[in-house]
Amino acid sequence: MKRAAFSQPLMPVALLLPQLIIIAVFFYWPAGEAIYSSFFLQDPFGFGSNYVGADNYTRLAKSSEYAKVAGFTLFFTVLVTFLSLGIALLLAVKADKVIRGAKTYRTLLMWVYAVAPPVAGFLGALLFDQNIGPITDLFAYFGYNLQIGLNYNDTAFAMIVVSVWKQIPVNFIFLLSGLQSIPVAVREAALIDNKSGTRRFWDITFPLLAPTAFFLLIINITYALFDTFGVIDIMVKGNPASNPITLVYKVYTDGFRGSDLGGSSAQSVVLMVLVLALTVMQFRMLERRIHYT
Amino acid sequence: MATVSVTDISKTYPNGAQAVHPASFDIADGELIVLVGPSGCGKSTLLRMVAGLEDITTGDLRIGDRVVNNLDPAERDIAMVFQNYALYPHMSVAKNMAYGLKNRGATKDQIAAKVDEAAKMLSLTPLLDRRPSQLSGGQRQRVAMGRAIVRDPALFLFDEPLSNLDAKLRHQMRVEIRNLQRRLNVTAMYVTHDQVEAMTMADRIFVLNAGKIEQIGTPSEIYRTPASTFVASFMGAPPMNLVSAKGVGRQVLIGDSAISHPCADGDVTLGIRPEQVTLSDTGTIPFKLTLVEELGASRLLHGKIAGQDFVVNTPNDDAALADDLLLDFGLDALHLFDALTGQRL
Repeated sequence: MKRAAFSQPLMPVALLLPQLIIIAVFFYWPAGEAIYSSFFLQDPFGFGSNYVGADNYTRLAKSSEYAKVAGFTLFFTVLVTFLSLGIALLLAVKADKVIRGAKTYRTLLMWVYAVAPPVAGFLGALLFDQNIGPITDLFAYFGYNLQIGLNYNDTAFAMIVVSVWKQIPVNFIFLLSGLQSIPVAVREAALIDNKSGTRRFWDITFPLLAPTAFFLLIINITYALFDTFGVIDIMVKGNPASNPITLVYKVYTDGFRGSDLGGSSAQSVVLMVLVLALTVMQFRMLERRIHYT
Repeated sequence: MATVSVTDISKTYPNGAQAVHPASFDIADGELIVLVGPSGCGKSTLLRMVAGLEDITTGDLRIGDRVVNNLDPAERDIAMVFQNYALYPHMSVAKNMAYGLKNRGATKDQIAAKVDEAAKMLSLTPLLDRRPSQLSGGQRQRVAMGRAIVRDPALFLFDEPLSNLDAKLRHQMRVEIRNLQRRLNVTAMYVTHDQVEAMTMADRIFVLNAGKIEQIGTPSEIYRTPASTFVASFMGAPPMNLVSAKGVGRQVLIGDSAISHPCADGDVTLGIRPEQVTLSDTGTIPFKLTLVEELGASRLLHGKIAGQDFVVNTPNDDAALADDLLLDFGLDALHLFDALTGQRL
């Protein structure tokens, strides 16, 4: 470790302080608060709280509703991650092959990325709108009445489609730049070694893309778990009971709608542990990741 | 092992730029030809056209008795060694070498035998389980060679394979590649911008300039009878001296000095190799010395004759040199070129 030389011993502390304060105020304090309140049962009207030990957690573990939401969250996360990565990979591979007008083409595809996520979510929701949504119209044309916010499966379908749609441009950009960082000569060597384009992709291109893909996998899991809140909120239209929701949304509904602060805190602690596990996994894999060059 | 036959092959890019002008040549079985020229002369493009990495605009390319213009690179029965090795970074040395064979349906035993043999030939056996990132530049180059050898291709293609290596290693690999190619008796095309590589390795040299083949010949033909001032100045280190002169009667005039040599009247370019000039008290051409480069065994004298740059390569006898010297050269050392077209007269 190299020791930086500061003539004033307080100088490094002063330089670190702004960042530390931000982390403390916006992360450690609420996290601590959540852990603390997860051991209490709050009065719905805010008149006080009783220490209940691990009751909130055991209640979660026994709750069939919580298990159902967790199940849907798993299903939702796997599907959103898989589809958004898969479709983006397909698009990136195709865009990478474009020779004429390549720059224009790629810029056009990346533009979508510039749309702010909430706007994109809103646009996505409009696609499924009961009255003017073109996708609803399309289903109606085939004789199916798509009822977002009313029918459990329809809502789940719309949530997944919009969430995937929103995430594709991000994945696309990363995967395309990953593809383009593969040396041309390596691909040409493969061209001489192997006739089949599909085999070349899986033998050479994909392994070289793996570091990027793994990074994106973690990003996408996190996205599907947490950042889809807005999409879900729009889709369930304030009626979460009969609609599919994810764990994060349940934290919100239980805490702010159901006024069960203790239970909701316990849920957010569970999610916190999940994120922690994901982060540890990512760091482990990043450390172990083979640096090819 | 195969012959290569090229008929009127050319390359024009969609924007109209002509990278390779129509060229025809044959390469004999087991011959190593070197394509040499400055950067941008089209030598790599020509090689890549043979490999199938670039489209051929016009003409026919035959490897063996097949026209391969429209075949995929993998179907042309060629192997290529790239400048930056182009090894598969995620595969071990053994897998790198095996990949091409595996895709051609060789059995595991055949692959193992081939890889083993090539590894022995290139002293790579202890490195077979390593990844390319754990190898030195020279070792990577060997693996790239190994990847080409195991396939027993009809034609080897080398695209500046040594230009990423340091000088010492380059010399060593040059000899190794040449030995290997002779031993395996595989037809080979070798691209380089280094004229020393071209001279030392080639059975025949193709000198390219601006997309055209300027001259095809054995190294000694290229050295002794360069077809143009371009070839004369490109091949040889230091390059041939080229000075403007005038043919008058049966003499060549350089400034005020005259050399008797049959020559048509008019402007000519006179070429003289630096190593074919001697310093002599009885010499006929005055030489004004400006700089001496010591090379150990010999020294390069930079200076001017009749106001034009001129280099002399003399054995290093440690003699002190005056600023004004007299030069002498045998008449067979003179090359005459057309002053306008640069073509040999």
